[in-house]
Amino acid sequence: MSPRERSNVFTGLGFTSLWIVGLSVFTAYPVFASLYYSFCDYSILKSAAWCGLDNYKELFQDDLFWKSLSNTLFFTVLSVPLGTVVALALAMLLNCEVRGKPIFRVLFYLPSIVPMVASSMLWLWIFNGEYGLLNAGLNPILHLFGKSAPAWLTDPTWAKPALILMSLWGTGNAMVIYLAGLQNVPKELYEAAEIDGARGWRRFWHVTLPMLSPVVYFNVLMGMIAALQIFTQAFIISDAANGATGTFDGAPGRSLLFYTIYLFTTAFHDLRMGYASAMAYVLFIIIAALSWLATYLSRNRMDY
Amino acid sequence: MPLRSPAARFIIYSLLVGASVLFVIPFVWLLATSVKPLEQTMTIPPTWIPRAYFTELAGRRVEVTLDFKQTLSGAVVKLASGEHAGETAFFSDAQLATAQPAPTTLYRVQPGWWHVTEKVDRRSGEQHPAWAFVPDSAVHTRIVFRWENYPDALSRLDGSGDDRAGIMSRHHVSFWRFLGNSLIICVFGVCGTVISNAIVAYGFARVRWRGRDAFFAITLATMMVPFPVLMVPLYSVFKTLGWIGTLLPLWAPSFFGSAFNIFLMRQFFIGIPEELSEAARIDGCSEWRIFWRIILPLSKPVLATVALFHFLYAWNDFMGPLLYLTRKETFPLSLALQSFQSQVGGVEWHHLMAASAVTTLPVILLFFFAQKTFIRGIATTGSKS
Repeated sequence: MSPRERSNVFTGLGFTSLWIVGLSVFTAYPVFASLYYSFCDYSILKSAAWCGLDNYKELFQDDLFWKSLSNTLFFTVLSVPLGTVVALALAMLLNCEVRGKPIFRVLFYLPSIVPMVASSMLWLWIFNGEYGLLNAGLNPILHLFGKSAPAWLTDPTWAKPALILMSLWGTGNAMVIYLAGLQNVPKELYEAAEIDGARGWRRFWHVTLPMLSPVVYFNVLMGMIAALQIFTQAFIISDAANGATGTFDGAPGRSLLFYTIYLFTTAFHDLRMGYASAMAYVLFIIIAALSWLATYLSRNRMDY
Repeated sequence: MPLRSPAARFIIYSLLVGASVLFVIPFVWLLATSVKPLEQTMTIPPTWIPRAYFTELAGRRVEVTLDFKQTLSGAVVKLASGEHAGETAFFSDAQLATAQPAPTTLYRVQPGWWHVTEKVDRRSGEQHPAWAFVPDSAVHTRIVFRWENYPDALSRLDGSGDDRAGIMSRHHVSFWRFLGNSLIICVFGVCGTVISNAIVAYGFARVRWRGRDAFFAITLATMMVPFPVLMVPLYSVFKTLGWIGTLLPLWAPSFFGSAFNIFLMRQFFIGIPEELSEAARIDGCSEWRIFWRIILPLSKPVLATVALFHFLYAWNDFMGPLLYLTRKETFPLSLALQSFQSQVGGVEWHHLMAASAVTTLPVILLFFFAQKTFIRGIATTGSKS
């Protein structure tokens, strides 16, 4: 290495030194420690004792693990596609050279920056079975058919759909990204499509969507990773709608026991940190596998 | 795309307006609830606009609550005997006919009259508010926003009861403490994020050194790691450092860089023409000076984006405070709001909505002051990377 190169290495290491510390202490060490703990019987109170694959074996026989996994997948499979469709639809509407576009954009975007704690409180109130706004609107209609609206967050069947509905309200962030993507689609392509006689649905399917596919891919992937880790709103709503028991068991009827909630409870209430680490690694593998799958599936369809 | 036909235009605008209404209604409901008296939050059908009701009670014009409508005809009577002798009560016609001894009728009540109760200022501690039956025509109403819900809600945010009634708990934590904690986490966090990531990103973007690209690849790879994987060991790291129960875990790590922000700033720094640095190097500038005097001043947009999004993240964060904080005095607003909810339960919606509105207000204000940075920031962080 020439003296010049050597001095450059020192300069580079100097500039990145904060990150070298940060990466080691706050990411690299935890990643490996967590892997090690996942093979251990460990609580914060006593040191880790090696137990081989016991945690993983127990995990696959744990009903609550499967329950939390299926709850989480249910939420992800419904909320991500619905969120994508709503965000994309709103972006397409705004892309139509409408008047008042900045105002509409603000209205759609604002809910997505409301603190999750505050929006959980708000939706707790909207979904309230007795006096909530949603049922006040639904019940008069449903009563005509001799039915009445569910109690949403205290009903095991409707608690998850309620959370999905709530997640749609916060879809504005993706909408802004799609809108920016739509504005980057070259006008010439639409003109060419026009000449070829492609309009409406066909133009969307053959011009807009292919041009937008990288943005959609990115958003769906990020949305999926976030949905698999749903925590705050479920934690607050599950506890609040069912009488603040402080047990975090995913009430009503464990329908809101999501993966990260079960993991959190296992680690910090039951103090079974080794078992929780095994859960965390299973989640890591699921996320990595889904990311790989999404990339693999989109490779052939992505147009650039 | 331009809209040609009037029909298409009509459909598009209808959809937009419809969607806007759906997105805005929750906000309106939040604000409407937050300025209502408690009893008006629980009406079927719900009301949007809070009102105050007034009527004459014992010759005084007082504010009352409308409790229910009487369905029977009867009378308000003065009880002659028994343990409640001398008090007033409602007797239906059937009760009047059989009551022994016959009570003294004070006035007749028709079906459809309101049972009203005088609204007593909680703080005066009055135990027996006056009540009466009055016809619709005797009730006057006007729109009154109860802004006092806000100070009331904030003063009891720590769940210790209403300190304005003098029942102040020994461990009362004021709203300002919660706000201060939030601001410490946000402001220190923003400073740390901007400073550390700019320095690190410069090392990745503008200095050529052996090992740089491999190191950067590792940096990008760490973005794949979900937080739950780090959660347990991070907790034990912070415990070893003695940081559990303090605000440190929530802002101190931001002084050591974060992969996503490094990536974002690096992208921006790479776009700055290399000639600027070369010219400075020829003039004998050190790398630090180039970073400080040339690159940073040109990078205000990306610095603003990173600062803004970190502020938003830190203000809204719930899981971090939940993990590391144990005592109320250290809670930021987000955690305080949740803990307030879990203590007062799901009844006092007016106070809960007022406290939620206060927690939301700063991010809304921030948005309106920095709208351009927001929209540009989302577009750059979200587009193909």
